[in-house]
Amino acid sequence: MGSGFFAGRFIAACMDAGTSSFADLVAECAPESLPGAGAAAATGLGGAAGAAGAPSGTGSEGAGPHLPHGTTIVAARFADGVVMAGDRRSTAGNMIAQRDIEKVFRSDDFSAVGIAGVAGIGLELVRLFQLELEHYEKLEGRTLSLEGKANRLAAFVRGNMGAAMQGLVVVPLFAGWDEVASRGRIFSYDVAGGRYEERPYAAIGSGSIFAKGSLKKLYTEGMSDRAVVLALMQALYDAADDDSATGGPDLARQIYPVVAMITADGFRRLSDAETGEYARAVVEERTRQPSGPVVALNPPPSLSG
Amino acid sequence: MPFYVSPEQAMKDKADYARKGIARGRSGVVIQYDGGILFVAPNPSSALHKISEIYDRIAFAAVGRYNEFENLRKAGVRYADYTGYQYDRSDVTARGLANWYAQILGQFFTESNKPFEVELVVGEVGESPVDDQIYRITFDGSVAEEHGFVAMGGQADQVAAVLKDHYEDGLPLVRALGAAIAGLAGQGGQANGNGNSTELSASQLEVGLLDRSRAHRTFRRLTGSRLEVLLAEAAADEGTGTVSPEADEPQPGEAASPDEGVTQ
Repeated sequence: MGSGFFAGRFIAACMDAGTSSFADLVAECAPESLPGAGAAAATGLGGAAGAAGAPSGTGSEGAGPHLPHGTTIVAARFADGVVMAGDRRSTAGNMIAQRDIEKVFRSDDFSAVGIAGVAGIGLELVRLFQLELEHYEKLEGRTLSLEGKANRLAAFVRGNMGAAMQGLVVVPLFAGWDEVASRGRIFSYDVAGGRYEERPYAAIGSGSIFAKGSLKKLYTEGMSDRAVVLALMQALYDAADDDSATGGPDLARQIYPVVAMITADGFRRLSDAETGEYARAVVEERTRQPSGPVVALNPPPSLSG
Repeated sequence: MPFYVSPEQAMKDKADYARKGIARGRSGVVIQYDGGILFVAPNPSSALHKISEIYDRIAFAAVGRYNEFENLRKAGVRYADYTGYQYDRSDVTARGLANWYAQILGQFFTESNKPFEVELVVGEVGESPVDDQIYRITFDGSVAEEHGFVAMGGQADQVAAVLKDHYEDGLPLVRALGAAIAGLAGQGGQANGNGNSTELSASQLEVGLLDRSRAHRTFRRLTGSRLEVLLAEAAADEGTGTVSPEADEPQPGEAASPDEGVTQ
């Protein structure tokens, strides 16, 4: 199918398409190359794998758990925009599939997207989403509003629902600079394509419970950009501390979380040198205080005595 | 009562029709400079483009009927994005796109009563000037690879003659722009059939370039103050004698902030 660029059907689709959506074009020309389409087509993937008895102990979740999974993504707003960070581990069952996977991406000049769940589908979802935004921009001569981008992503997640029902779950986290509102915004999703604006911080993936708990204690309104990055690094460390599927900063191999900052100036991915500084600071602190920053509690005076 | 028209006559009629339509408009110029490929077209509209980005290193320029080439431009973006999605971004080439356009234009020319009244140029900026590629695709689906510069539409032959006098390999941006303006506006008060010889101001021009030094998406538009500054420099350059050996001097245009007045 991919080679049929001179086929009348493809040319007709390109000449007559009444849409500025790249995903709609692909759906018309080559629906099988959309993310998750192969999984949805392989009907009964979960049941078949279970019946074959090869992967045991997975219950009714099918082959999903044995594919590489991306884990924890966190994001938080600050005065000048928004920051997103993700750990570098992907796991297949109890195995570490990859130590240096990247799960936080630039989706366009003013937004970033991170993924948790089945990595194979998630990475394709990101690629399609990036192309969707660029395609629209080139055809229409303007960029989509941040709401528009968030809604397109919701539609893509919904498109993967068939595969998700078979255990191939992937959910993104989306963050960007809203030029109209002049502030950073964060959107999270559920597998049904539900879109939820998060404020002021969010986390997805297996370690998200621990990351959110950590951020709850560390995040304050009006943090500086560096303080926010540090808070997210601490949150990822806490996620890795308690969730085996989330990787902590790997100082030995110099593998650190991917951190992306989006402000009015656009998308910026922090260099490894920068994230390394934060990671070493966190690890250094944790060697002295393994549970991380501790809040001083002040019991009411009436209880003293 | 059916009447007979020989295929030769039918083709000739269609070709004449398309040629007349294309010659009615104004010319467009595509010219190589040391840092990439420059696209210049007289265009009073800042919203309806004749020059556009297609892909990371590929841009598009057209003359003729707006609705027809706009449709072809969109088709080209779809072709490029689809190819890059199915394979890899590096697998999208100007040569592939030019052939694809040729297929479409050729097919329409032979099969439909009314051929496209358009002429297209597809340019791709390479790692170095020798890798740059410029293809011209005409209304009947002919493809030609061009080197250095291309003039199309309007009185293209006369514009090309002026460009030939001004062009040399490795022109800096300012002088390439000067050459394009000279070609489009007519030199020394000579009307060149392209309307008149009045100076073309920034607001009457559409200028885009594929900038070799940029990463990822190399296309950008030159608009507003940045274009005005460049035009003033180009005019001054023309005034001091056309082809002078200043190619090694740093360009004033490049010293300015690269993104000033630039929109995508």
